[in-house]
This record gives sequence, C-alpha cells and structure tokens, in this order.
Amino acid sequence: MNPMVDLRGVTKRFGAFTAVNDVTLPIASGEFLTLLGPSGCGKTTLLRLMAGFDTPTEGSVWIGGEDVTHRPPYRRPVNQVFQSYALFPHLTVMENVGFGLRMQRVGAAEAAERVHEALALVSLTGLDARRPHQLSGGQRQRVALARALVCRPKVLLLDEPLSALDAKLRRSMQLELKRLQRQLGITFVFVTHDQEEALTMSDRIAIVNAGRIEQLGTAHEIYHRPATRFAADFVGQANLLEARLLLQDADTVQVSVTGGLELSLPLAAWPAGATTALLAMRPEKVHVSRARAPADFPAAATNIFEARIEEEIFQGATDHLVLVTAAGTRLAVVVANESAYGEIFHAGDRVFCALHADDLVVVRAE
Amino acid sequence: MSPAAKAGAALPGLIDRRTPRWRAWLLLLPMVTWLVLFVVAPTAILLVYSFCERDEVGRVLFTFTLDNYRRVFDPVYLWIFARSIYYAGLTTVICIVAGYPVAYCIGRAREEWRQRLLLLVMVPFWTSFLIRTYAWITILKQEGLLNGFLRLFSPGTAGLDLLYTPTAVVIGLVYAYLPFMILPIYGSVEKLDGALIEAAYDLGAGPLRVFSSVIIPLTLPGVAAGTLLVFVPAVGMFAITDLMGGARVPLIGNVIQNQFMQARDWPFGAALGAVFMGLFAATYWVMLRLGAQEEDSVA
Repeated sequence: MNPMVDLRGVTKRFGAFTAVNDVTLPIASGEFLTLLGPSGCGKTTLLRLMAGFDTPTEGSVWIGGEDVTHRPPYRRPVNQVFQSYALFPHLTVMENVGFGLRMQRVGAAEAAERVHEALALVSLTGLDARRPHQLSGGQRQRVALARALVCRPKVLLLDEPLSALDAKLRRSMQLELKRLQRQLGITFVFVTHDQEEALTMSDRIAIVNAGRIEQLGTAHEIYHRPATRFAADFVGQANLLEARLLLQDADTVQVSVTGGLELSLPLAAWPAGATTALLAMRPEKVHVSRARAPADFPAAATNIFEARIEEEIFQGATDHLVLVTAAGTRLAVVVANESAYGEIFHAGDRVFCALHADDLVVVRAE
Repeated sequence: MSPAAKAGAALPGLIDRRTPRWRAWLLLLPMVTWLVLFVVAPTAILLVYSFCERDEVGRVLFTFTLDNYRRVFDPVYLWIFARSIYYAGLTTVICIVAGYPVAYCIGRAREEWRQRLLLLVMVPFWTSFLIRTYAWITILKQEGLLNGFLRLFSPGTAGLDLLYTPTAVVIGLVYAYLPFMILPIYGSVEKLDGALIEAAYDLGAGPLRVFSSVIIPLTLPGVAAGTLLVFVPAVGMFAITDLMGGARVPLIGNVIQNQFMQARDWPFGAALGAVFMGLFAATYWVMLRLGAQEEDSVA
C-alpha cells in the first residue's frame, strides 16, 4: 500500500545549518507516528515540511500519493495543531473552528453542523460564543484540535500540543488523542520531546537526532531493541557498556564489559567480525536476589553474577539500585516492589544478579 | 474596634483602612498637579472666555453671553468645519494606505533590522517642522524641484501648479502626520503572533484571505490609534495650511488662530475651540462605547 505521507531523501538547510539531513520516512495511512527527539533535533522542521511552511532544500514530500513539495500549505490536505494553539483571538470558539470551512466556502448550514460535530468530538460544548482568552488551557487545546479536525484532513500534524498542560491533564489528553485517532482513522504525526508521551500513544516512533532519524519502530522495538546509543539513552534509562570480545563458540560469545564483568550473549547478536561493541541494557532486566539462583530467576538467565548494593532509592512501586559487581562494573538496576513481604534491599547488601542474554542489545555507538 | 481594624492591626506595614486619606492623596499629588496645570486650567480658561465678550480694542470683558456659540453655527463656519474634517479625513486615509505597508514590513522584518528601520521613520523629527515645510515649498513651487525634474523628461511642459492648492495642503498634512500612523500600526504588527498567520494558511486561506481575515482584524487597534493620532491634530492644523495652502484653503485651525491673532476676538476663538473639543470628546466617547459593547456581547 502506498504510504499516506512520504518524505523522500529530504534535506533542509537554513544557511550553513542543516536542520534535516537526508531523511526518508514513509508513514502509513491511519498510523499514529511520533517524531521524538530533543529540542533542536529537527523534528519540528520535519513537521513544517509536511505542513508546507518550509520547502525542502533537497528531496520531495508526498502526501496521499501526490508530490506536494512545492505546494503551499493552503493547498495541502493536512491540518496542524500548533504548540501555542494559535487560536484567532478576535474570533469566537465557533468562528475559530469554522475558519477552515469558511476558507473552503462550505455553506453556512453545513458548516455550523460540522463545527458542532467537531466540538462534540472533542467534548467541548456550550462555549461557542467564548473568545480564546476566556478559555482554560485545556479548553483551548480542544478548540485547536476541533479546528484542525473539522477540515477532515488526510493527515493531522501535532506540534507538541500537550506541552503547555499540567501533568494530569496531559495524561488524560494523551489517551483521548489516541482514542480520537483510532475512531477517525486519520494519520497522526505527533511531535514531542517527551518519551513517555511517545510510548503511550504511538504506533511507531521515529527517534530524531541532529537532523536524522536514528531509529524507526514500534514502542516495543525502540524500547527493547534500541539501535543506537542515542536511542537507548533518550528513551527510558539504559546501562551503556563497552564490550570487548573474549571468546566465541558455536552460538554464543563471551565478552568483558567496562569494569571487568564478564557476560555471554548470543552469537547472532554480536556484529560479525567485531572485537568490541557497545551494549545497552535496561535497568529492570536485571533480577536481584540475596539467594543464589532463587526460584524467580528466569530459567534461561544465562548470566549470573555477584554484586554489592552501593545505593538504594525507594520510589514506591520500584526500588532504584546502584550495583557494583565483584569485578567492579557499575550498573543501574530497577526492581519492582511486587510484595511487601518480598525481599527488601539496603545499601551495602550483597546480592546475586541474573540477566538474560537476549536483554543485552548491541547498539551503534555514533 | 471594628473587625477590619483588628485585622489591619494584626498586619502591620500593610496599607489598611486606618491609613489617613491625605496620605493617599499625597501620592496622587504629582499627577493631580500636572493635570490641573496642563489640562484642567487651560480648558477652564477656554470655557470661561467662550462665554465672554470683547471690547473695541479686543480686551476680554467678563460678562455672560451665548453670542459666540450662536456665531459658531453660522453656515460660513460650519462649512469650514466640514472642509477641515474632509481634509483631515483624506489625510488619515492616505496615511493608512501609505503607512500600513511600511509599518507591516518593519514589523515583520528581522529583529536586528526593526530598530534601524524605525529610526529612519523618526529621522524627520530631528529637523524643525517649519524647515521641513519650507523644504516642501521649494519642491512644489512653480520653478521648484518637482517641476524641474518633470521638465528633464518632457522639456517645454508648463509643469504642475501645485503650491497653494488643496493638493499641496494634503501633501503637507500627510507628510507631517505619516509617522504618527506608522508607529502605532508597527506596534500592533510587531505583537502579531506569526503562528496565527501560519494557522490561517494551514486552514486553507490564501495570502489575500490571510491578510483580510487575520492580519487586518488583529492590527486594527494600531490603525485605530493611528487614526486618532493623525485625524485629531490634522483637523486643527494651521501652519501647513498657511504655508503650503497660501491661506487660500482656510481650515478651522486657521480660523481659530485668526480670532486670537489678527481679529483679536478671543471669546469667539475660545467658543470655536470649545465646540471643536466637544466634537472630539463626543466622537471618542461613541467609539469607546462601541468598542465596549462589542466586548460585552462576547462575554
């Protein structure tokens, strides 16, 4: 199937600065895709290239199977929700939402009906005659969303639309956006620097860094199989370990990581012919217990080693530990406080750790 | 002790009800003095004079008469009033048309350029107003720069007879008041959020409709402020009409000036001035009410 949005070899330069560097990104119809990256990484520029506010220096932008590279924003079948909402202060809620329909010269009766439909869709009724300055942040957010949706775009672009809301409202809006997207079946392209937001809502996430896409994949893929050091570090927490090859047999390799800890991992995961590599390991993948090989260690855990708890930070649902292995490798580990009667860890305790070989991921170091 | 006073006693250092009124008035004193000296007193003198009479040599006699006001409504003066409003209105419209693009370009220019461009708008103020008006005379007169320039291209033409015509008066007025239109419009253009313009484009508005349905309405406060700053003084202007109109197109400002200077009829001049002022106050009040009503209808 043809992608709904297709960036083909797109580069955007502003003077000597390259904001987007040779990005190719096909986005499927009906997909919720998130562009995730730190500020200044080029994610907003990517969105502006799709909206038509910027024109690529090289490459082309395709939407709905048409080349729209040089088409102005008002002739593209996309609508945007702006970070600042950009509601027209001189117009009422009703007029703001109806603006796009007025520009398309939709008849007054049909327009009124569609505006009310859109406002109902975002659960905002009874405020038709208000002006933006008379609304709360959350209400403005909904007006901005309704204003974009009422035009029935093929693609909805969202530029950090939740960043101005408080944490609680943000959580509920995340779920509501996801619900809306499923209900309407519209392609959503969502820009954010908040990894939790990206994980919550997206079908796929594109990790953007320094004008390039570092990794494109589902939330699971990105989290469990980060491709680069940046992706591993930016999404969630990761222990990054420099590994040196010790020995290799039929299906496993033995490596020594920073500090001296020796680990084994599947041969298939190791880059062919390499003597060193960078490993990423999520803090919650390490199982910790005072007893050697207790029942709750996964049977397949191939790496078992001893460590001392250097630091323990209780966080309610989880315990954050800093471990130092016998060999001297430091690891950040998170253990779930599953039961009040389970093991309680203290700084200074000696513990055994189990780690599944598949939870060690080789990432590109660049 | 009243509960309020008790609360006040509990919070020393706060201004509460026990603070003597005279202290509050003391804080207002500088502003009140300024207002009395420069607004209340001159207006009061004007109003008092407008009900007085004058003797043969032009001294003001403190009697009470309504004759001055009766004379104001003589068709001769009403005609001059109308003409003044027409010229000032024309000046305002030309200032909007000429000043808006300039203000818009400066307001949307890169930030480091804005201050420099604004400075250019202000440069004329560094020279005396009279000298600048005389400069226009040397440009517009029969043997002046403009006609010399025209003859360069088509030798033998008679040239334009501009000076001492209504056109010259309007040119002079536009020239004098254009910066007062540009500055307030610039102010509202500069405050205009670029995201609003992008949002309008995004919602399907082409450049013309972005301009008419977003940019114009949002910069209207600047245009309104500029209109007040240009229209009001332009109605009363007398120096430009004297110098560039050759006193052939007297406006209300010239008539008032004449009553005080040549005719030595201060009471009548004061009455003209008072009616003039009342007219503006009324217009301003109506405009404010209209603006307030629009706000109310939304709330």
